Amino acid sequence: MARLSDLPGGMTEHLLKLPLPEFDVTAPVAGPPLAERRVAIVTSAGLMRRGEDAFAPGDADYRVIPGDVRGADLLMSHISVNYDRAGFVEDTNVVFPIDRLRELAEGGAIGSVADHHYSFMGATDPEKMALPAAEVSGHLQADRVDAVLLTPV
Amino acid sequence: MSALAHYFERAGIPTVVTSLVREHSERIRPPRTLWTSFELGRPLGAPGDAAFQRRVLLAALGLLEEVAGPVLADFSEDAPSAGANGAAGEDAWACPVRFPKPAASDPADLGAQVAQEVRSLAPWYERSRERRGGRTTVGLSGFAPEAIVELLAGYAERGEETSPRDGVAFSRILKHALDDLLAWYREAATAQPGATPSGRSLAAWFWGETRASRLFLAVRERGAASEDPAIRLVAKLLLVPRGASAWIEAE
Repeated sequence: MARLSDLPGGMTEHLLKLPLPEFDVTAPVAGPPLAERRVAIVTSAGLMRRGEDAFAPGDADYRVIPGDVRGADLLMSHISVNYDRAGFVEDTNVVFPIDRLRELAEGGAIGSVADHHYSFMGATDPEKMALPAAEVSGHLQADRVDAVLLTPV
Repeated sequence: MSALAHYFERAGIPTVVTSLVREHSERIRPPRTLWTSFELGRPLGAPGDAAFQRRVLLAALGLLEEVAGPVLADFSEDAPSAGANGAAGEDAWACPVRFPKPAASDPADLGAQVAQEVRSLAPWYERSRERRGGRTTVGLSGFAPEAIVELLAGYAERGEETSPRDGVAFSRILKHALDDLLAWYREAATAQPGATPSGRSLAAWFWGETRASRLFLAVRERGAASEDPAIRLVAKLLLVPRGASAWIEAE
């Protein structure tokens, strides 16, 4: 579906024209075998727990999602109206696959699931995310995370 | 999002991105990316299909072994429920309530018409919520749908930009009210079990068949002329999805 040629009118041009940040190549960091890794999810779906502050246009900060969160407590406050949310309504794992990670950990495919996960809101200047991302890096390291799964929407 | 991969990896933390837009990944070049053909909004592809999600997840996490990059791999499967290219009309979903096609609207009674629509859908919203164990994605605004309709209709008709909450900008109230009403409609329309409709099918229904969409358009028209730039932003960019004109004009 997200082959650009299949998107509704105007969306393909919009996505192709979006200003994107430029990065030099970042060398992939080596780590232990997958079965020993501690995995965290970082999504840009604008997820938050019910009652928290929703994301607003331009927000580059993040919300912390505890590893034992219930799907029922998650809301999506991404500002965009240009992507599907029915999948998330039906099953939070389609955006935030915490149940799948728990199963992989129980089955031994990954080492463990992080204590905390994080959500940004994707419709934001990536340069503004550099400092919040540095903060999250510190949290992830304190949580001994050595694998981050990033799930943009 | 892919920018975050650069930031984390440079801090020494291995990452992998699930990408829905290959062209963006090719340009931003995060260290490891698994591109999938899924619908925007569904990075794991298939709601309610744990086995499928697990395959996506393992394919993505498997890329962590790569230490020379950037790596951009393609996931080999399409999402199972999407039909060919996930195009509208190819899933079997239909809203449980059929509305008459929206006619040219009299703004004065648009609010009453949407309120009637909400009453028709309310039992389905409740059923939908029960089916999901009480879970709902409505809740950004804190208002019930009836109150949201009143607020939006009042704004569309009279243009009052007074926030009903102290210290909360009207633009924020407006955005959350719109998001909540759309979420409420989405949930009511998907009360019945079965394959989750594509976002495109749901959008074609909402923008093509509901009076609520006409209220959204009236709010957009009012907001686009606001003196408040935050309200203009909501009205012009954060209210009607790109491509919706095809469904709106189809009436």
